[in-house]
Amino acid sequence: MTEPMVRAQGVRKQFGALEVLKGISLQVGRGEVMCLIGPSGSGKSTFLRCINHLEQLSGGRLYVDGELVGYHERAGRLHEMQPREAARQRRDIGMVFQRFNLFPHKTALGNVVEAPLKVQRQKRNAAVTKARQLLDRVGLADKADAYPAQLSGGQQQRVAIARALAMNPKLMLFDEPTSALDPELVGEVLDVMRQLARDGMTMIVVTHEMGFAREVADSLVFMDDGVVVEAGDPREVLARPQHQRTQAFLSKVL
Amino acid sequence: MRGKQPGGPAVVTTAGPDAEAPEAINAVPLRRPGRWIAAVVVVGLLGLFIYGAATNSAYDWSAVGKYLFDVRVEQAAMITLLLTAYAMTAGIVLGVVLAVMRLSPNPVLRSVSWLFLWFFRGTPVYVQLVFWGLMSTIYKHLDLGIPFVVQFAHIRTSTFFSYFWLAVIGLALNESAYMAEIVRAGISSVDEGQTEAATALGMSWWQTMTRIVLPQAMRVIIPPTGNELISMLKTTSLVTAVPYSFELYSRTRDLSIETFNPIPMLIVASAWYLLFTSILMIGQYYLERYFARGASRRMSARQLQALAKAQGVAGAAPFAEENR
Repeated sequence: MTEPMVRAQGVRKQFGALEVLKGISLQVGRGEVMCLIGPSGSGKSTFLRCINHLEQLSGGRLYVDGELVGYHERAGRLHEMQPREAARQRRDIGMVFQRFNLFPHKTALGNVVEAPLKVQRQKRNAAVTKARQLLDRVGLADKADAYPAQLSGGQQQRVAIARALAMNPKLMLFDEPTSALDPELVGEVLDVMRQLARDGMTMIVVTHEMGFAREVADSLVFMDDGVVVEAGDPREVLARPQHQRTQAFLSKVL
Repeated sequence: MRGKQPGGPAVVTTAGPDAEAPEAINAVPLRRPGRWIAAVVVVGLLGLFIYGAATNSAYDWSAVGKYLFDVRVEQAAMITLLLTAYAMTAGIVLGVVLAVMRLSPNPVLRSVSWLFLWFFRGTPVYVQLVFWGLMSTIYKHLDLGIPFVVQFAHIRTSTFFSYFWLAVIGLALNESAYMAEIVRAGISSVDEGQTEAATALGMSWWQTMTRIVLPQAMRVIIPPTGNELISMLKTTSLVTAVPYSFELYSRTRDLSIETFNPIPMLIVASAWYLLFTSILMIGQYYLERYFARGASRRMSARQLQALAKAQGVAGAAPFAEENR
């Protein structure tokens, strides 16, 4: 059996006395798309942020591509990683944020080439060529010189996706990528993500877009109050939710 | 009470491309006599003041003309510039270090930075400068090395530090306390999402700071730093407390003791200070413009032109106006 891309074992996260994640265990296989749904405050985003160690776990283990995230395990004890090593792990994990978080002082092209130039130390010409290809892939070849403030929300989010892809990630995390968008702009971002899934990218998507989940996801996970309530085939879960909490949630959003 | 307004349902006319264009407004402008009266009064007062200054013999304009470009004054002006440049550069560098210390997770660094700020902002710069002047009395010599073990260098403070450098140190340390607060405010003004996005891309703390956070913080940092620089230029006149007396104010004051005519020399000094601050203000304008890139939705002339071309000149003209 090959190692899954993401393996979570009893992941816990506490903020002070507040327990946000109460033991999450799940697996995402290579090339798979997993959608995480659930009410706000259920811990979906926190879990996503744990995967690239933006948040430190309070308990459990998280493996990406077979490698423990954020720690070294030696003789049964966990040792915290050097920041440099944590940064190296994050390079291979792309992340797309709800509020885009593009660098406002850099053009679309500048945003995309930043990490390849400074983190991977690629040659400028190669990085720019690749970045232009990526902008073309998300349909923004003509916006390379525009600053984020001059782009619509949907365009900004597509630049953000191109920026994450520029690092050649093996895993992409999407944290409610369409929640901050006007309704008519949601489609263009989902189209890019759909294409990405078709190209075989492993993706974990926190979303409220049930249509996207039904159509694209290989698995659907419903979280509530820091636990996985229900998981399975998206068409199955959405059509015939077994758990009462899932039913209650879906009746509100569908 | 809310209810249906009389007048029936809203009527909306949709305008097709060949709909008749509404007539442009050509109204009689409102008269504003108050504005004219206020302007005349102010200009009149200003004229009276200029006339008084030109005819008042106490200003002694011929002496001003004679000393304005005196070699000694010019040299003093250069020294004022040097003091400002050295003290401000050191103040900014140290200020950034102090700001980063204050934002550090390390409680010791945070406290030390706070203590430094507390002292150097809490005491007058004049008093600090007097202290620096007494440096060689307080510390007769400085030893570099490992305490109680080895000694690499033995420095006599009175010969090693000239009054010029003591003045620079005094001004710089005072300045750094203010710069630290300005830089800290700038860093705090940058959205947390920026740090997160950079971290998620695998950038190190240093890269995140220098490539992402500080360039954005600059927009907040530069205007008050411009003020600080201008203020520093003028604060150099206090180094007479050290006592150092070759900068602009001290030098013109010494000259006026020779000529028994202080007022024209004050004007000479003021003229030079004004010249320098004016140059600095122009520089600040361009710096602010550089660091504002990407901050506005307003498009550059080049981008507007491209859009106009796409839209056809007639339709694009009012759009371009709006964007100015």
